[in-house]
Amino acid sequence: MTNYLFYPGCSMETSAKAYYESLMAITEILELNLIEIEDWNCCGATEYLGINLIPAYALISRNLALAKNQSNGSNTVVAPCSACYLNLAKADHYMLERPELGEKVNLALQAGGLFYKPGSLEIRHLLDILINDIGLETIKSKVTKPLKGLRVAPYLGCMVPRPDYKKRWSDHEHPVELDRLLIALGAEVIDFPLKTHCCGGHMPQISPSTAFELIRRLLHGADQYKADVLVTVCPMCQMNLDAFQAETNRHFHTNYKIPILFFTQLMGLAFGKEPKQLGFGRELVNAGLALSRIGLEAIETEASITQPKRTKKTGLPMPNMPADTEVNP
Amino acid sequence: MTSETVSQNITSPPLESNPNLRFLEEVSGATAGVARLEMCIQCGSCGGSCPSSADMDHTPRQLFAMVRAGMREEALSSNTPWICVSCYHCVVRCPQEVHIADVMYTLKSMAIRTKLYKDATAPDFSATFVDMVETYGRSFEFGLATRHYLKHFPLRLPGMAPMGLGLLTKQRMDITPNRIERIDELKRILQHAKELEAIQ
Amino acid sequence: MTNNPASNDKQERIGVYVCHCGSNIAGTVDVEDVANWAGKQLQDQGVVIARDNKFMCSSSGQELIENDIKELGLTRVVVAACSPHLHEQTFRTACNRAGMNPYLCELVSIREQVSWVHTDKFAATEKSKAVVSGGVRRVVHHQPLEQLHVPIHPSTLVVGGGISGIQAALELADAGYPVYLVEREPSIGGHMAQFDKTFPTLDCSACILTPKMVSVGSHPKITLLTWSEVTQVEGYVGNFTVTIRKKARYVDDEICTGCGICQEKCPKKVIDQIYEAGLGYRKAIYTPFPQAVPKYPVIDRQNCIYFQKGTCKACEKFCPTNAIDFTQEDELITVQVGNIILATGYDLFDARRVSQYGYGRLANVFSNLEFERLSNAAGPTNGNIVLRDGVTVPKTVGIVHCVGSRDRNFNNYCSVICCMQGLKFAHIVHERTGATVYNFYIDMRTAYKAYDEFYQRVLEEGTLFVRGKVAEISDAARLPGEEGKLIIQVEDTLVGKQRRIPVDMVILSSGLEPRSDSKELAKLFGISCSADGWLIEKHPKLDPVATMTEGVFIAGCVQGPKDIPASVAQGSASAARVLGRIQQGEIAIEPIRASVDEGKCSGCRICNDLCPFNAILFHADRKVTEINPALCQGCGTCIAACPAGAISGSGFSDIQVLSQIDGLLLLDIDHSTLTQAV
Repeated sequence: MTNYLFYPGCSMETSAKAYYESLMAITEILELNLIEIEDWNCCGATEYLGINLIPAYALISRNLALAKNQSNGSNTVVAPCSACYLNLAKADHYMLERPELGEKVNLALQAGGLFYKPGSLEIRHLLDILINDIGLETIKSKVTKPLKGLRVAPYLGCMVPRPDYKKRWSDHEHPVELDRLLIALGAEVIDFPLKTHCCGGHMPQISPSTAFELIRRLLHGADQYKADVLVTVCPMCQMNLDAFQAETNRHFHTNYKIPILFFTQLMGLAFGKEPKQLGFGRELVNAGLALSRIGLEAIETEASITQPKRTKKTGLPMPNMPADTEVNP
Repeated sequence: MTSETVSQNITSPPLESNPNLRFLEEVSGATAGVARLEMCIQCGSCGGSCPSSADMDHTPRQLFAMVRAGMREEALSSNTPWICVSCYHCVVRCPQEVHIADVMYTLKSMAIRTKLYKDATAPDFSATFVDMVETYGRSFEFGLATRHYLKHFPLRLPGMAPMGLGLLTKQRMDITPNRIERIDELKRILQHAKELEAIQ
Repeated sequence: MTNNPASNDKQERIGVYVCHCGSNIAGTVDVEDVANWAGKQLQDQGVVIARDNKFMCSSSGQELIENDIKELGLTRVVVAACSPHLHEQTFRTACNRAGMNPYLCELVSIREQVSWVHTDKFAATEKSKAVVSGGVRRVVHHQPLEQLHVPIHPSTLVVGGGISGIQAALELADAGYPVYLVEREPSIGGHMAQFDKTFPTLDCSACILTPKMVSVGSHPKITLLTWSEVTQVEGYVGNFTVTIRKKARYVDDEICTGCGICQEKCPKKVIDQIYEAGLGYRKAIYTPFPQAVPKYPVIDRQNCIYFQKGTCKACEKFCPTNAIDFTQEDELITVQVGNIILATGYDLFDARRVSQYGYGRLANVFSNLEFERLSNAAGPTNGNIVLRDGVTVPKTVGIVHCVGSRDRNFNNYCSVICCMQGLKFAHIVHERTGATVYNFYIDMRTAYKAYDEFYQRVLEEGTLFVRGKVAEISDAARLPGEEGKLIIQVEDTLVGKQRRIPVDMVILSSGLEPRSDSKELAKLFGISCSADGWLIEKHPKLDPVATMTEGVFIAGCVQGPKDIPASVAQGSASAARVLGRIQQGEIAIEPIRASVDEGKCSGCRICNDLCPFNAILFHADRKVTEINPALCQGCGTCIAACPAGAISGSGFSDIQVLSQIDGLLLLDIDHSTLTQAV
């Protein structure tokens, strides 16, 4: 059993309930012990940072201070939500990079009887823990119902692979971590070129037209590459692509019906859990049809013309990336 | 100044009263981390990467040129920081390692403080969000959404009803807020933090 | 007057000269005061005259010293001025002219170590007095030293057979001296052999290179060792012993006629990653290109069917002269040379690292070297500029500048040639295909002769220039018209808007990087390389081809990115330096070096492995260590390490250093005198 300090984030209780449910369903199988930080508060998302510098970082750092107090041997905080993860990591990083900021934040924390020494906690995203600590071999060994026949578009969103202060991810633009995880689950992973493009974040509330365009690009991409589902790691991304899919369709007169799922939900399915336990049914764009494809023989679909085949009989030798053979055999 | 960048040397007020430099220093000083705005070579990577640049008054690069030129009013009234989606593409691609996204946050807060923003949608949203967090310690989406949409997008509400209903029935939205236990502790911390911010 | 225990029986006559250096020193230090103080307070230590002068290094300043030596019978000189790096030689030479051994002159720095680092004038003046006092106490213990003269072997080793190495080798050989030219690849020619055309003249690269290559191949004074690498270097300037590994070609070059039948008949095709930049093929037995010098092929063991599986041997069967010899082994040869020139060139930046450009993922994104091969008439497409499918001619092409250069995420520096290269590509694409060409740049760097005129020419041809560093290259179509194309997303900074430009082909003008093994190379030859990996020259402005190690020179891109004319110039420059040495016949070596007092040496050998210059030998029979005076550079490491204190450095003996410290601490000097001028 590995222990981690767990920072759920506000959305886990509401909009991303499916994420929470599916995560809890798999923790036992993976021998993952997530200890929730006691009385954690909202990280402020991207809203607080735009108002005040020190209050914003104080708000975030209260969580770090509480986590450190609670730390019982584990110095790692795990956050499943990308924005929470980035905020926690950013606060820690900047307080170290600019000591005067750290001092002021700690002065503020003092008013609540708290203190946080920058650099004393490791802040990591849930996917990072699963791939690097638990390991793909272990995950593969727990798969009882491989997701054969399901074409999945892996979508990491922007805040996980960037800015990546501690260099945990393989690449800023085309990281292969989520791809490898999905392959380990037995799914057919498409080489999704928009895997780290932004979903728009809070833009639906600010400038809907901007937001819908960003959402449309992703849906269009997933559609172009004939994905059955799009899998994400962030509650905000899931919300935007799922809940706003209908409005986006109306705005552009399109008819996308792409289910948006959390990667933990697919993990749960592959581990043999029932869909009900994993929050299925909470998504607004129904995933039922896509799920029924699992176990069926993959229908030979013609991939979009923009993605040339890798093996060529004539012409010059094709280019290659070292990670290619693993992800796109 | 040898190897220090402008942003690191903010503690004392600048000796020359060069108005252009003053705005740049102000922005650099108020940014988390070391902004490195003065290192910008105007290559345009940021503007080229930005997914929402089509809706911006100025590309990020133009905005920084304006900051360096001391164009305070124009820079703070630009809608650019409000359209920024914080995707960090610009940050990782910038060849001079300028902390672009964080400068955007700074410009947002300065725009609010000076009330120079043109469109109140985003500032209001942030203010409402902050209000919720300061009252409950957690975000309260239902309250946030209703207040915000009523004020800024009332016409969208009917169209959004199916989505709202969907979220409610699938228990993805709570009508009542969640609270943390030690909200007073949080309030004290934030109060003190605001005082510290006002001093600097 | 206090008794000075450190003075000799016969007291030395010391002259002290304090320099103003214009206002460089005098602006912070009260120079006259220092001179007066030294003249008065250091009398009992031997100072007979103390002067100050505006510029000691000037002729009149030097004459002051020379006249004083002659007229006052000075036996020691202390000059308080700039750093020894700059003028130690000047003052030593002046003393020599006046008949005093140059090593009896000591230069102490009151500029770099006082006036340039302090602002408090009072404290700086006091410190200068202490520094002068240290110099005076020290110089008393200096001994006259003689320089060592070593002969210079007339042969030279040139490592690297690119254009720079070829030029150096030809200059030396044409002057009549033997040269060993060592090249790692099967043929000389380097990167230049891969290019199609060279800017700005648009000369065919092979056409201007191959005559030089042929000269090298047929020159009686050049011993060409290709498919070889240097494995060991011993010795010192004028007398290097170099061991070279001649890798087995498995072809007997005495018999082979270069007919090429073996290559035709070889059944194993391999992607040529080096010469064809991964775009073309070669056989397991190959010469990299038709004009290869020497013309003898080599067998690539990793891919040869015989070596891997034990069958085939087609080349042997078909060779008309029986030149194939599978039993050949690597050969180690040793050569004696007087000087070494390193001209090993550069590696191309791997654009895969810039993942947003899609190089390696997207089929039609090409690097600069790949494009050179496409455009070269002898290349994999016979000079036809086509897409990856080998057939389609592109209708729009985008050329991206600054890939991996000027970027803190990759390499900070500017790679010098990429802008011109990008323009060259634009011209070639226009000429061959008539396609629409876009060049994406941050700045246009077209500095040298006829370069900007070339830029004008490309402008006239109608190339579309977009000022903006390309943000992303993608195959994900977003708008109509983008399907099936590569989309270049960039901010056109001159317009202030983001543009998405669909193209068929992208060419990345990638930057230059040091060779991946440049650190090992530097270590092998005993020179330094920078953190980037470029080899370090002696002085970036005034001595770009020499290194801090006597006898080892650098030329071409190994020193930093540069274009062909500069590489050629450096090749000639390094050859000229070597020729100068060879003409002199011998070289004088600084006598500042360590020596072992055998009586004190206990044979513990602690010092043996410490010497960075391999100057220490151990005599097992007598169980003592000896230091080779010619190799010793006087770094002092062994002196510090010896537990018995058996090693001393001439010019840095213990008594000299300790006396200087005493002087700095102003021992036996009344400190109150510091604040009084007289």
